[in-house]
Amino acid sequence: MACQCSATGEFDLAPLMEILSEYKDNPKGALIPVLQKAQGVYGYLPKPVLETIARELRLTTAEVFGVVTFYAQFHLNPRGKHIIRVCQGTACHVRGGAKILEAVSEHLKVKPGETTRDLEFTLETVACLGACGLAPVMMVDDNTHGRLNPLDIPGILDSYLS
Amino acid sequence: MSKTVTLTIDGQTLTVPAGYSIWEAAHQVGINIPNLCHHPALRPEGSCRVCVVKVKGARNLSASCVTKVAEGMEVSTHTPEVLAVRKNIVELLLANHPRDCLSCARSGNCELQKIASDMGIRKIPYNYNRPPMKKDEGNPSITRDPAKCILCGRCVRMCSEVQGIGVYGFTWRGINSRVSPAFDLPLDKATCTYCGQCAKVCPTGAITIHNDTDKVWAALRDPEKIVMVQTAPSVRVGLSEALGGKPGDIVTGKMVAALRQLGFDKVFDTNWSADLTIMEEGTEFIHRLKDGGVMPMITSCSPGWVNYMEMFYPELIPHFSTAKSPQAMFGTMLKTYYAQKMNIDPAKIVSVSIMPCTAKKFEAQRPELSASGFRDVDVVLTTVELGQMIREAGLNFQALPDEQFDPLMGVGSGAGTIFGTTGGVMEAAVRTAYELLTGKGLDPLELAPVRGMEGIKEATLTIGKTRVKVAVAHNLANARKVCEAIKAGNPHGWHFIEIMACPGGCINGGGQPISLEMDTPVKRQEALYTDDRNLPIRKSHENPEVQALYREFLGEPNGHKAHQLLHTHYREQIRG
Repeated sequence: MACQCSATGEFDLAPLMEILSEYKDNPKGALIPVLQKAQGVYGYLPKPVLETIARELRLTTAEVFGVVTFYAQFHLNPRGKHIIRVCQGTACHVRGGAKILEAVSEHLKVKPGETTRDLEFTLETVACLGACGLAPVMMVDDNTHGRLNPLDIPGILDSYLS
Repeated sequence: MSKTVTLTIDGQTLTVPAGYSIWEAAHQVGINIPNLCHHPALRPEGSCRVCVVKVKGARNLSASCVTKVAEGMEVSTHTPEVLAVRKNIVELLLANHPRDCLSCARSGNCELQKIASDMGIRKIPYNYNRPPMKKDEGNPSITRDPAKCILCGRCVRMCSEVQGIGVYGFTWRGINSRVSPAFDLPLDKATCTYCGQCAKVCPTGAITIHNDTDKVWAALRDPEKIVMVQTAPSVRVGLSEALGGKPGDIVTGKMVAALRQLGFDKVFDTNWSADLTIMEEGTEFIHRLKDGGVMPMITSCSPGWVNYMEMFYPELIPHFSTAKSPQAMFGTMLKTYYAQKMNIDPAKIVSVSIMPCTAKKFEAQRPELSASGFRDVDVVLTTVELGQMIREAGLNFQALPDEQFDPLMGVGSGAGTIFGTTGGVMEAAVRTAYELLTGKGLDPLELAPVRGMEGIKEATLTIGKTRVKVAVAHNLANARKVCEAIKAGNPHGWHFIEIMACPGGCINGGGQPISLEMDTPVKRQEALYTDDRNLPIRKSHENPEVQALYREFLGEPNGHKAHQLLHTHYREQIRG
């Protein structure tokens, strides 16, 4: 999935420069902490942010992009207000985890890994939440929803909308 | 500490310098350990593991390209265990590799294909199940087919370590790992100069030269078209390698004969327009020197270098010579001077060039290079593509007779021929500028300090009462050093700088035949200097066909007409 952002102008890079000022004189090993802090500020890592980080840390943009795409913790696209993690582990699988994922995906009209247009939800899958007794299970933010039926999904998700 | 190390490889005892890798040591005693990620022009990385060997006492097999020799080391390069492991590694690479060798651009000189063949792999025990990957064909110079990438990282190292750019990186993860530009951008959106060095080190068909031979065949078969061709200096010392010859063969005459047999109506020499470039660029330099123009002046005939400067140092554009490259000058003169003189409608001319260069394909598409009202150059073929056309036509190249270029634009001086090597443009310019300024010939004619393969070379000349300091740089990492020096106020006091994008210059351009031997560029360079020594005319301003051009058509160098037709402008390139 390619980065969706376009013009450099729409981002206020001042907070990033603030983060970078700490590492500018000693850029060795700075990349991952800088990416984490930048994501903390911007919520994700847009193209102009990555280009600025590369320039300031004297790395190539391709190297920075390589690190960002290697680690699951970094995101190239905006994230939703709420993060949904639908379990696809063994126990959830045998109890219809795939149907739950399908129901969430259909209700929000996004595929796993994507964020809704209104930036309310990001849909992710997870290999096991460790709550197999509640299978099939999903988490929304820090809340666990278990023993799910696909018909429950619209109601649960709508309850998160403010 | 001893500076040499004695070890045994497959029972042979040998002494090599300390710091050698096992791979290098084995090479010395005639053992070629197969490898894919290692390339002699690059820092070894040890990622493909094809070069594993058994080192006595070591727990695991060692990658010979990154394992240094040690005193008393005992190495076995082809035990049954080593061969089985290597074979398995290659089988796994093949499992993820498309099975279309027959129609691949690298068929016949693919390193993966060769290794699989050498290892006697007759069956790939795994199924191919990779999702399809999109080719990048959006630029005129280089085609990327990521499905054929084996993640050796040679292109990554070439672009970042030798060229100092770093277009490519290892991106994504696990089964999705790939080599790509940042943000998975196509090359025309990334900061790619199209130098083509990545294609020259790619072991497979993942990065290849954009093929334009079909366009040329179509033109040659069109009875309405008059197809005329120019051949760059470096092609005559590279082409033979693509046709069974050796590095350093000078095959000017056979090349001309082959082009005629392919059906080109006229065969001309880019050396002629290299001489013309010297007249324009040399005169421009003299004017800048006398009238206080922007200094230092920098050459602009290497299109990879022009792209680099337009992307990375646009503020230095005023330093560029405004003279067009020899390729473009030739194209303009073909469709004006030659067309008028021979009474040919320029609309019917198809102007083809044979270049050692992938970036020339991009240069030819620049809209500003059409001073005649038509494109200066319609199709650019690389040395490699010409080799392919000659094979396609079934010509026995090495047995062809030597033929001469056609007249009017077919005589080139020795100064024109050395344009193909780093230092050559400077030497050619100095031969002419010195004589124009002093009225005396340069003695000795050969400018030794700018010859050879050193990254940045300098020379100081006393021309009349003026001391002129010149510099020569090749490869883009060195170009960056020169740009930074100019930005820092030109502390070396350079007046005139030659820059070529490729390591060694055009002789080692992205369009030249692929070679894994480190001395190939040197042999091609020596061949150009030999060609220069053997030519009757060795100074651009003494070229009678260039003199005739000024007399009959252009008037004075840098005059109004020359300026209109033979000079260009540059602008910042913003990609992404």
